Order: sequence, then C-alpha cells, then structure tokens
Amino acid sequence: MKIEVVSDTLVEVKSLKKYFPLSRGPFRKPLQVKAVDDVSFKIPRKSIFAIVGESGSGKTTLARTVLRLIEPTAGKILYKDEDLTKMNLKELRKFRKKMQIISQDPYNSLHPRKLVKDIVGEGLKIHFHMSSNEIMDKVKETLERVGLREEHMFRYPHEFSGGQRQRIATARAIVLKPEFLVLDEPTSALDVSVQAIILKMLKELKDSLDLTYLFITHDLAVVDYMADYVAVMYLGQIVEMGTKEEIFNQTSHPYTYLLMNSIPNPDPHLRKKKTIPKGEIPSSVNPPSGCRFHTRCPYAKKICEEKALPFVNLSETHFVRCHFPLSKKM
Amino acid sequence: MRGDLLDVKDLKVVFYTYRGIIKALNGVNVWMNHGERLGIIGETGCGKSVTSLAIMNLIEQPGEIVEGDVFFEGQSMQKMSKDEIYKIRGREMSMIFQEPISALNPVMKVGYQVAESVSITNGIPIKDAYPEVFKILEMVGLDAKRTMKLYPHELSGGMAQRVMIAMALVVHPKLLIADEPTSALDVTIQAQIMKLLDELVSEMGNAVILITHDMGVAAEFCDKVAVMYAGNVVEYGDIFEIFDHPLHPYTKGLLMAVPKVGRSEELVGISGSVPDLVNPPSGCRFHPRCPQAMKICEKSLPPLVEVEPNHYVACYLYSQEGEKT
Repeated sequence: MKIEVVSDTLVEVKSLKKYFPLSRGPFRKPLQVKAVDDVSFKIPRKSIFAIVGESGSGKTTLARTVLRLIEPTAGKILYKDEDLTKMNLKELRKFRKKMQIISQDPYNSLHPRKLVKDIVGEGLKIHFHMSSNEIMDKVKETLERVGLREEHMFRYPHEFSGGQRQRIATARAIVLKPEFLVLDEPTSALDVSVQAIILKMLKELKDSLDLTYLFITHDLAVVDYMADYVAVMYLGQIVEMGTKEEIFNQTSHPYTYLLMNSIPNPDPHLRKKKTIPKGEIPSSVNPPSGCRFHTRCPYAKKICEEKALPFVNLSETHFVRCHFPLSKKM
Repeated sequence: MRGDLLDVKDLKVVFYTYRGIIKALNGVNVWMNHGERLGIIGETGCGKSVTSLAIMNLIEQPGEIVEGDVFFEGQSMQKMSKDEIYKIRGREMSMIFQEPISALNPVMKVGYQVAESVSITNGIPIKDAYPEVFKILEMVGLDAKRTMKLYPHELSGGMAQRVMIAMALVVHPKLLIADEPTSALDVTIQAQIMKLLDELVSEMGNAVILITHDMGVAAEFCDKVAVMYAGNVVEYGDIFEIFDHPLHPYTKGLLMAVPKVGRSEELVGISGSVPDLVNPPSGCRFHPRCPQAMKICEKSLPPLVEVEPNHYVACYLYSQEGEKT
C-alpha cells in the first residue's frame, strides 16, 4: 500500500502492529489482543490527520505507539525519514521535544500537586536547560497564547474547569515548540459549548505555529470540522482512508457509511429511518475471519467471510478495504 | 394544571455539603401530558439529573426539596405518604440510568432481576414471573434464553442497557425517565438503543422524559424540549419551534456550538464557564456569560413566560420588565 501525497510527509507509519499478551494463567498459552494490526499511513506536514473509530478500535493504542510511549510489536515509524522504532532512549529524547501529546482526560493528565508554572515549565527544564527566569517568561507567554492569564501560573490544577485544564495541557505541549502533536480525544470530556472554543483554539494554534496534528476522536462531526485527512479504524485496522472530502462525499466502506448514519442529527426536521450496523464490535482477541466487519455488515456476502482484502485504491489518496465498496456501486 | 401527567412547579432542591449549600435546582418549571416525549437538555451540572431524581422522589440526604412540588396526574407528591409513593414509583413511573452495568445488581442473574420487577408489580411469586421475563427480553432484542442466565458483568454496555429498558418497561409505566441512556455507549450502539426505545415506546404509548446532553439525540426522539442552565429551565416548548427559533441566548449559544457533519460555518462557543452552585450568580444565573445581559438580569430571576404559542422562555429580552430598563 502506498499513499502519494502532494506535500511532504512528516510522519509515516508502516505496517505498525501492537499486540498485548493476555495471560490466561500459568498453564495455558497466553492469547494476544491485536489492538493495532498492520496499520500504515502518512501524515503530510502542516495537516490534520484524523483517526476515527469506536471504543476498542485501537485508536488510542495507535496514538501512543506512534510516539513510542508504548513499544510497537512490529512495524516502522518514520519521523522525517528517521525510524523511531530503531532508536535507543537517548536518541529518542532528542525527538521527544518535537512530538507532544494532549490526552483525553484533563482531570488525570495534570499533576495534582504541581503548580501550573511547573507543569508547563518542566519540559523546558528537561529539554532546553533554561534558567528559571527564562522559564517563567516562556510559560507566561505560552499561557497567554492559550487564553490563560499570568496569575494562573501559581495555581493548582484542581482550581480550573475542564476547559481551562485542557488549555493548560495544550500550553504544556506547545511550550517546547513541537512540530507534531498527537491529540487523543482532546474534547470528549468537555461540554459542547467549551468543546467549540477548544477546537477553535487548536485550529488557530496549528496555523500560527505550523503544527501537524494526529487527531484521535470518535466523533465524525468533530472530524468534519477539524481534519484534512481521515482514517477510519475498525478492530485494529484502517478500513478506509482519504481526504476529508473523499471520506464524507464518496464514502466507500460500509462501516464508514453506517457510522455516519448512526450520528444523531441535531435538526429535528431531518429525522429519518436509519440503516445502522447490527450487533456489537467483536473482541480483538479473536477477530472475525476475512473482512473483520462482515459480522455486522448489511452488505456482506460469502467472500467477505473467507477472504480479507488489502487496500483498494479509489483515487490517489482514497483507499478502502472492502470487496464491495459503496461508491463504486453508486 | 399545565400538564395532565406531570407538572413540576417552582421546584427548588438544595444539597448540604461541607463546602456550603449547593442550590442545585432554582425553581424548575416543566410539565407534560400523557404519551408525550420531553427532552431535558443541558450541560454538566445544570440539574438535569437532579430534576429527574426529584420527579421520582429519590432526593435523599444530604439533599432536600425546599420549595415547590411535583404533581403526578394532579396529585401532589410532596403530600403523599411513603406507601403512596411506593405505589407510583416503579409502577406508574420507572427509570433507566446512564451506567447500565452499575445500575444492575452484580450478584444476581439478569433473569432474576427482571423477574423481581415483574413479581412486585403484578403481585405474583418470582417463579411465575419468568414467562413474562422471557417475552420482554425477546422484545428488547436479546437472546432471552441465554441472557437470563448471565450476570451483569458478562453483558456488554449495549446489552445491559437493553436489560434496563426491559426492566423499566415490563411494568408498563405511564412515565419512563431515561437519564442519559446512551452516553456511555458507542454511536452505532447508541443508534440501536434509541431505535429500540422509539419502537417500544411508540407501541406501548408511554410518556418519556429523555435527559441528554446531546442535541442530536434529543432532536431525533422528542416532541418537546426543556433547556436547563444552572438549575433553571431557561426555555421550554415544542422541539421544532425551539430548534428553529431559539430565543434564550444560552439556547442559541448551545445550538451554535454543536458540530455537525456537513456544516461549514465556524463553531461558536460560549465563553466563561458554568457557575459554582454554592455561590451562584444573582438574578438570571446566565447573566455573567450572556452577550446580551442587561441591568435587570443581575437583579432578579426572569420567570418562564409564553412568548409564542407552545414556546416558553425565561429571559428579560422577551418581557416587558426587560424593555423598561
């Protein structure tokens, strides 16, 4: 599988796998949870690459593995053509400041007993060996950038609301002047009115600081607002990938289509009979044979059960893993 | 009387905590008729769940209903004895919760739990209740024979919510309260559960209160909607009316903040954050965040008034007191 992109690539992931062992006691062979199973994609510089999927699809594991916060089982992660998986920790540290993460839960991701200035400034101490005065100036400037004020530096995380905490997490990530940010469901713990503000801020920061985002979410409406490129994950695999326009206007994988159909539309005039996938997401310990979605797919035929398909190119950027892609039929 | 099934009148609920008194509900007004579907929408901490608990008369220490009343079919629930409330709760009205797995008893098999609910309502021994259990579990789309023998931890979130729905509907309640029934579930499962609920309720004709933070879920299910903010109903009425012509600045802000597939315009959030209800703002509790706040908003709480047929709003922008200032 190859993806040709017009602009240059910042991060490339090649057949990445992450299996977790699942112990079943001392006398039985451990099973494997195939959380991420043979995933490849390229993230063009200065773009927002969104990964969307339901719980258990492996999107968070993928996000953490890309940064090598979890060791991959197999595969390559190329950051500007350098393979992160081959590096030792010392070499990796040089890249750490270029790659930062904002995690899902702003209530657990900030140290409860550190002041905001220490939370945001710690990375500067570690990576740039700055003096405390320099750190203070830098922290102040960064906090202002994310819409907080100077006096917030001397407070503890519990004094802030969820939205403000996510701003602190954002400040901690951008203070090191990174190039690549992984956003793991940054707004799913927030209310919609706050979500709107945070998403807008993240978009503006991306433009002003020339960042590249890997944006993990379960919400297709948020994807539509944020992303340039979209990959849809199901049970550890990418089932469809393309530009945002291709995914939303020429939806090809039945799963993507049904996922879009499942989103409740906030307009009472548009109530409609829905086609929704039957059943529930199967276990990734023992994924279904052939196409992994065949157990829930309303269009499944016999071949889907028997044979998995590699990616099919629909266009230069649009890939789908399906025997009967929808957009071809239409 | 405003609604022939339920009328919540100026309900005030407080919770006594070590931090102070939390004024959770600040005079909630909402009402509904038999067979209607009411959505209560709002963000975290606005009092949606407390409202539903107060309707079920489940507010316990350290909470208290300090003012107002809930009328169920014209009868004041504040004046009822415990025995009278037992006859209504779980029979005339029942409830499903947000976390279905933790709402079920972990040490009892699913079949037994549903049977218990049947036996109490019908006044029959538990062992005679199983045929009814079988029927209702099949109705909610479960493999009844298998599911009856499972413990709650063996169920997925979607299955557990189906069991909860079965338990709540098996008593044929006049009112079903669904408190965020799908917010712990994935979108595809959410769609399945909402479809199931829609089909069952249409068939049985129950009235439903759906509590949700998701405008989409409310838009697809409800006839009427009440928008809550910091312990008040700020807007109430027909769902089409409110989604098409929102009047309250908070409702407007909320609808503008919802991302939609295929929506091109920029998202607009509401600046500031939800107030601390130990020390809520005076007057209209939304005034510190309101772009159109006037002097009077700080001083007194606007009442919920009908500005169009079937469209009520609690805001001085639409009343004469507001125009004078």
